[in-house]
Amino acid sequence: MNQALEPLVYTELLQLYAEYTAAVDAGNWDRWPEFFTEHCVYKLQPRENHERELPLATLHFHSKGMLQDRVYGIRETLFHDPYYQRHVVSLPRVLAVDRGRWFLEANYAVFRTKLGEISTVFNVGRYLDEVVRVDGALKFASRFCIYDSEMIPNAIIYPI
Amino acid sequence: MNDAPITLPSSPGWPGDGVHRVPYWVYTDPDTYRRELERFYYAGHWCYIGLEAEIPHPGDFRRSVVGERSVIMVRTQDGGVRVLENVCAHRGAQFCRERQGNRKEFVCPYHQWAYDLEGKLRGIPYRRGIRQDGQLNGGMPADFQMEGRGLTSLKVAVRGGVVFASFDHSLESFEDYLGPTILSYFDRVFDGRKLKILGYNRQRIPGNWKLMQENIKDPYHPGLLHSWFVTFGLWRADSKTSLKMDPHKRHAAMIGVRSVGKPAGDVVSGVTSYKADMSLRDPRQLDIVPEEWWKGPTAVMLTLFPSLIIQQQVNSLSMRHIQPRGPGVFDFVWTHFAFEDDSDEMIQRRLLQANLFGPSGYVSADDGEVIEFSQMGFQEKPDQQCLLEMGGHDSEEATNIASETLIRGMYQYWRRVMGV
Ligand code: FES
Ligand SMILES: [Fe+2]
Repeated sequence: MNQALEPLVYTELLQLYAEYTAAVDAGNWDRWPEFFTEHCVYKLQPRENHERELPLATLHFHSKGMLQDRVYGIRETLFHDPYYQRHVVSLPRVLAVDRGRWFLEANYAVFRTKLGEISTVFNVGRYLDEVVRVDGALKFASRFCIYDSEMIPNAIIYPI
Repeated sequence: MNDAPITLPSSPGWPGDGVHRVPYWVYTDPDTYRRELERFYYAGHWCYIGLEAEIPHPGDFRRSVVGERSVIMVRTQDGGVRVLENVCAHRGAQFCRERQGNRKEFVCPYHQWAYDLEGKLRGIPYRRGIRQDGQLNGGMPADFQMEGRGLTSLKVAVRGGVVFASFDHSLESFEDYLGPTILSYFDRVFDGRKLKILGYNRQRIPGNWKLMQENIKDPYHPGLLHSWFVTFGLWRADSKTSLKMDPHKRHAAMIGVRSVGKPAGDVVSGVTSYKADMSLRDPRQLDIVPEEWWKGPTAVMLTLFPSLIIQQQVNSLSMRHIQPRGPGVFDFVWTHFAFEDDSDEMIQRRLLQANLFGPSGYVSADDGEVIEFSQMGFQEKPDQQCLLEMGGHDSEEATNIASETLIRGMYQYWRRVMGV
């Protein structure tokens, strides 16, 4: 645990974060699962559940396949009011480095803009991430989006 | 939500005799909403508070609401459950700000009046005055009685680990309130097994609270709005369905048996949400394992008027608490649970199937969305009417999905209590 972080790797991590954010803000849903490993875990979870170790999550995916199923759901099955989302993500803070695994956290705020409406704060929280290298590229082995927001304004359809 | 919409002056009269037309003003009129709170939430009805499993130990408490009023569910020293209004008897401070915790007593921060777990007033600082220059000055009058000055304590019913309460102490028993049919479906889930809390989801839906009751009294929509229901046969036109009610028609059960196999032509013809070639890349999200206690149905959705929906849809279970916040908005709080004797695999299965439900769920996120759209329509034209004629004009029990009988039943009851 806690090996030194090489500056070049940090630059790569920043790139991963920036690309992820760009993809989910652009609605580039096909790219989204590609940021993850095959056996990844993705969770969107209220802070209360996380802190009290209650396992329920708003979204709880256990594989890249489930992320792809979600993409299909967003496109084809989930009826919803269209909206733009815009993430503002802090610089990631490195919590630990352990033999090719990077543990990080970063704050995020997501704004939602519905057609003809003003922009509002949609979901605020932090990412808790585990990043690994697969065939040379950095991927999320897990990404937990732990949100402070006590109320979801009706529905969250797109990935945070 | 941000800007209160301007509601045009309405003429709260009911169109005709029946319940197959519901005027839009029932969802928008502020006076109607006030009266609903008084008549449905604050008198005559049992409201959902929480689960006993949330407060296992003496002194454990968790906040909840009845209508718009904040209450605290407490486990007392003798193991009982109390529900106390979160309003200080002194000057009304909503003293309990934590969501949950453990206390020996409740102390209001403003002037430190102290209450025991039963809600009885136990301490008032300077009650006998302050000694200054050998004299007692101020304090409460000598004849002031602490007795009977505690927190408002609600009438409580606990059944199968589920806690309900009412401000109305003259209310009938919870069992009579549900009636035998609905009670039997309630007991099917809560048969004495210990519950395990899996966690919470919270969403704020910009619609009238009744729309959520109606959504779960509406078997017509799941096979149309929700692709997952149609495509995977969880609930669609060829599913064996029965629609039941209590004698007052305020509560209902939508009971379904999932269809297996491909649907016949007319079940899905013209239904755009049916995706013939859809399959899951990771089928663990629908790894359905029948449980003995289901006793046949694969889904039973209970609507307990006014404040609760109990969901059993295959292996996923939740309590959905309706918390009104004005005529055009309510909070919807989901508590997912399992049973203490569930295997780890079953708990994992319940958690993965929870992806279908909640504010992002494959068959629930869109319910909130369409409720919002309905409310938008209502606000524009309070005098226009919903057309509820699927399955006829009456509100008898039925056995098919093309029926709005449960919603009509609810409005029959609503009209009686509201006097319109
Ligand atoms: S308002 Fe609570 S002690 Fe005064
Ligand atoms: Fe639905």
